[in-house]
Amino acid sequence: MEDDIRELYQEVILDHGKNPRNFRHPEDATSEANGNNPLCGDKLTVFVKVGACQNIEDAAFEGRGCAISVASASMMTDIVIGKKISEVDALFGIFHKMCKGEEVGETPEKFEDDIEKLMVLSGVKQFPMRVKCATLAWHTINAAVHGEHTVSSDNQ
Amino acid sequence: MTASNMILKLDSEIDYNVSSVRADFPALSLEINGYPLAFLDSGASAQKPIQVLDRMDRAYRSEYANVHRGAYTLSQLATDNYENARITVANFLNAKTPDEIIFTRNVTAAINLVAYSYGRTFLRAGDEIIISHMEHHANIVPWQLLRDAIGIEIKVVPIDDRGNFLMEEFEKLLGSKTKLVAVTQVSNVLGTILPIKEIVRQAHNIGAHVLIDGCQGIVHESVDVQDLDAEFYAFTGHKLYGPSGIGVLWGKLDLLNEMPPYEGGGDMIENVTFEKTTYREAPARFEAGTPPIVEAVGLATAIDYVTSIGLEKIANHESKLLTYATNELAQIDGLRIIGQADHKAPIISFVLDGVHPHDIGTIIDSKGVAVRAGHHCAQPLMDRYELAATARASLAMYNNTDDIDQLVDALNYVKEIFS
Repeated sequence: MEDDIRELYQEVILDHGKNPRNFRHPEDATSEANGNNPLCGDKLTVFVKVGACQNIEDAAFEGRGCAISVASASMMTDIVIGKKISEVDALFGIFHKMCKGEEVGETPEKFEDDIEKLMVLSGVKQFPMRVKCATLAWHTINAAVHGEHTVSSDNQ
Repeated sequence: MTASNMILKLDSEIDYNVSSVRADFPALSLEINGYPLAFLDSGASAQKPIQVLDRMDRAYRSEYANVHRGAYTLSQLATDNYENARITVANFLNAKTPDEIIFTRNVTAAINLVAYSYGRTFLRAGDEIIISHMEHHANIVPWQLLRDAIGIEIKVVPIDDRGNFLMEEFEKLLGSKTKLVAVTQVSNVLGTILPIKEIVRQAHNIGAHVLIDGCQGIVHESVDVQDLDAEFYAFTGHKLYGPSGIGVLWGKLDLLNEMPPYEGGGDMIENVTFEKTTYREAPARFEAGTPPIVEAVGLATAIDYVTSIGLEKIANHESKLLTYATNELAQIDGLRIIGQADHKAPIISFVLDGVHPHDIGTIIDSKGVAVRAGHHCAQPLMDRYELAATARASLAMYNNTDDIDQLVDALNYVKEIFS
């Protein structure tokens, strides 16, 4: 169990949790969505700037949450900038499976680096109560790019 | 261990044998993640003594049938058990009569019953209900539903930074429109013990009724509803070492009998035709359908258990442990206790610099320590302190200084990870 804890709270997660990347409110965001975890009261707002070719030109977030949810949001915004919405959707699907400990299967080679980065969060699979923390930011960006305004991490 | 801790340990063992209490609770010998369980979440729900478990097991094995129905031996036995449980609760609260005891599902159901049945009968648009800033959602949302349905107003008594109920602010809110004051006896987050007797006195002075949410309170001090003189008092079984699925609404009998039924069904009627139905008096009027039969028996056994040990002795033990825990936690750098009211029940909410309460909860669980992390169903109170969440250690009759020491060690481990 303590090994699981060390795996979950590894250096890179703690670093993203303490010094989140893209923690800001971009003036030129084209859409945003709020993500709530009603169980713990955590709240995130994810901002995206979607370009003409349905690509994410910028992504950022604000809010408060645990180390896992903040680190996940931080890493996610880093990863999605420059990607197409369809690629973000695909990555979300893969990440969701990783967090729940499900078989990911064959993944496109172009995601190799991103998946490797996201692997550090997969330790959450040992803690079913915390899966929602890791996926909240992804649910929220999914809502932002697909035109919903509020998501709750209950709905998964 | 310091000398003063040693004294505390010896002291509490003289008049209260926590080891023998612990031996009654099977869950306390569990190992969690390789550590002995330090269960510090009894404020959410308490563990159950073997006496309750055995009694319920017997009730299901050899005393079970539906109540108030069959003309056969087992049904009579189950009915007697159920009604005797009502008498046990009535005696425990010093109610005037067992008819004042309504078995509900929990406190939430009890408050919803009052909000619906009493609220829609006795309150009108423009009337005011006063609650406190420390209420659990169970004592906020039912009144908001009532507000949305009939147009009452809800006023909130503020608290100070330490978590004290501000009596002078309460007095200012009381007015001719005030019809009901609904407050908790003890804050489930801050541990604040509210001056409920004085609250009742002030409310009665202007002719308002009072409901007390006693689910955190009754666990830590005995309650005499006649002396308290509120109109309603509600508590739940599972925080009092009894089963989940049963709660109690006590109400003054005259008032209960003026209130219409909340739920319709079997067992609550005198006579039913398709044109008109007449209802029985309290408590049957408010107990539609098959009630929590064995849960009532379990609750009565839990009450017998705590009264046999002595509520005062339990409170004394918990109070000493609260002092010990508060002092130990205060020595952790960066830890801040939320809620330092003058009169406190053994509930300690805290935050740790740079660490979210959920991370605390997960990490200390790996060391066998169970605490609650979150908003504790009291979001307005969290907002008052500008917090999303806290970690909360709530102490019960079976906790000891070892549990606290294990918590402190585990918190130091959290700090090590986040350093």
